[in-house]
Amino acid sequence: MKLQRMNRRALALGALAVSGALALTACGSDDTGGNSDGGSSNAAAPSNVKCDDAKGQLLADGSSAQKNAIDAWVKQFTAACQGVQINYKGGGSGAGVTAFTQGQVAFAGSDSALKPEEVTASKKVCSGGQGIDLPMVGGPIAVGYNVDGVDNLVLDAPTLAKIFNNQITNWNDKQIQKLNPDAKLPDLKIQAFHRSDDSGTTDNFTKYLMATAKSDWPYDGGKTWQAKGGQSASGSSGVAQQVKQTNGAIGYFELSYAKDGLKTVDLDTGAAQPVKATVENATKAISEAKVVGTGKDLALELNYGTKAEGAYPMVLVTYEIVCDKGNKADTLPGTKAFLRYIASEDGQKILAENDYAPIPADIISQVRTTIEGLS
Amino acid sequence: MGTPTQTIETPPPASQPTADKRAARGATRPGDRIFLALSRGSGILLLVIMAAIAVFLTYRASLAISKDQGNFLTTFQWDTNLVPPDFGIAVLAFGTVVSSIVAMVIAVPVAVAIALFLTHYAPRRMRGPIAYVIDLLAAVPSIVYGLWGALVLVPHMNGLFGWLNDYLGWTGIFSWQGGAPRSMLTVGILLAIMILPIITNVSREVFRQVPQMHEEAALALGATRWEVIRMAVIPFGRSGVISASMLGLGRALGETMAVATVLSPTFDIQASLLDPGGGTFAQNIASKFGEATEFGRDALIASGLVLFVITLLVNGAARAIIARRKEYSGANA
Repeated sequence: MKLQRMNRRALALGALAVSGALALTACGSDDTGGNSDGGSSNAAAPSNVKCDDAKGQLLADGSSAQKNAIDAWVKQFTAACQGVQINYKGGGSGAGVTAFTQGQVAFAGSDSALKPEEVTASKKVCSGGQGIDLPMVGGPIAVGYNVDGVDNLVLDAPTLAKIFNNQITNWNDKQIQKLNPDAKLPDLKIQAFHRSDDSGTTDNFTKYLMATAKSDWPYDGGKTWQAKGGQSASGSSGVAQQVKQTNGAIGYFELSYAKDGLKTVDLDTGAAQPVKATVENATKAISEAKVVGTGKDLALELNYGTKAEGAYPMVLVTYEIVCDKGNKADTLPGTKAFLRYIASEDGQKILAENDYAPIPADIISQVRTTIEGLS
Repeated sequence: MGTPTQTIETPPPASQPTADKRAARGATRPGDRIFLALSRGSGILLLVIMAAIAVFLTYRASLAISKDQGNFLTTFQWDTNLVPPDFGIAVLAFGTVVSSIVAMVIAVPVAVAIALFLTHYAPRRMRGPIAYVIDLLAAVPSIVYGLWGALVLVPHMNGLFGWLNDYLGWTGIFSWQGGAPRSMLTVGILLAIMILPIITNVSREVFRQVPQMHEEAALALGATRWEVIRMAVIPFGRSGVISASMLGLGRALGETMAVATVLSPTFDIQASLLDPGGGTFAQNIASKFGEATEFGRDALIASGLVLFVITLLVNGAARAIIARRKEYSGANA
């Protein structure tokens, strides 16, 4: 095969295209990573961020679910503390925890609390201490749907479980009609979309189904989707995209992806009124959570079965994972200052602007106390 | 290389014997020796790298497989977070092979047709530009194919899927239950576009090597242009086209991001090419890696090992075919 005979001009053109593409990508990542200098948000840098002697570069990795929240925080924080550079890779919770237990990052983000064996692994990195979970970001998991002519769909946990388990397969099913007496449900096949990648969103969504509709959701739960059938897409953005594209589709994703006219399901939790997926309603549900972590660990146990008025129980809480003792000396001031800022009132306020739910007051105050004690 | 050194070195008698020695040993001037060392070193380095990859894969895979409660080869599930973990490659192997076969069935005839057109039908002025455009297809990053597939190709597949279901649904392979068209057929079409450039390019080279005399002889016997192609060009180029196809197949087997974006992966096997579901090795690794634990990564590496073996087999087959038809193959000209 005389490939070398291939025309040089063809190669040159190819090389041009490749280098052009590379140049474009490089520009793209610069834009998202850097701060837009002179932007209005920078001008109003929060005055009450305490930088202390924080400086240098902080590396962090973890949950992609909270990536947008972290980005917003980093923007504000670095505007106030010029000497600190924070680099959060949204590589996924698993990657974050692995990087943390290998001592590569100052803190990690995760959709689920550390498992016992991960705590054990963290003791190698945190000399004299261990990794702890600090709840920092809440988020409602919205169930989006795309059915022409149906605008205010109400579903409860058993119906959701049956839809995602292929036991209800048509939109004009009696059980859906019963929950939506006024809706004109079409004779249309339901196309249920789940995540194809392992995900904390799947974990929390199925935890909700397991807690509230055990008989209709006979699976073990976890980050891997376990029900057979249905369709899947990669990432919350992928699921949202598919739901938008496909008539008759339904799928779950974080609320911030429910954009561009995507309709979301109201949950019938047993309260007097069906509950909408909003950040306020999510915070209300998280406030019923119990702290189950021991010592300084603040892992939460959510009350999925809540019937409180206006509490949206299908929520996700992401944690920041740090060492309680034995943080690296060069990153400790920066980590502490950043965590202190994001747990502050200002920090939590930014969450709602980005479709995340702030952590309720009594839990976040425990988080603040714990942060002050980090060493 | 030797000449400039000789002129600089001042005592002529001293330089004379070395020059004789060099000449006696043939082509062993420093440049040759350096080149020999470099190329031999590269060859050895390649073997070492391949061996290192194989050892690494086998070691990590053995860690994972030893803890797998399911059968690694037949389980229809991939859940490495379960206690005990339960995962197997049945769906992935099936999906990888099926999507690649679909891609080959679509791409090879088209690629051969393009190559024949470029070498025998196209006006000389058009050959260059068309070849460039095809080469450019190879330069598009696969994630871009994935995005294009998800945003443009998938929404436009409904018509084709409906038509196939109406007329060929009875075969079972083309029955469609109306799911979003993110199936093995869509993936196959996308892969076909992606492997088109390599098959076309190599086939074109092969067809260009057909001895002029063969074609002229056929023409002299009164053959039409199509008959020339059928009797002289295709038989001569067959083994070259086969090996080109194998190269394309190798690419299709390992394609990752485009498949992950376009397919609707699930862990069961669909008899129909049109119903969403299935998965491929590379796609599964891409979508599970981010959230995988240490053990989950070992399990993914185990699946990677299987892909490695399949790809080796394909490459081996390609080499065997080329070797067997050496005398005729334009690919070796």
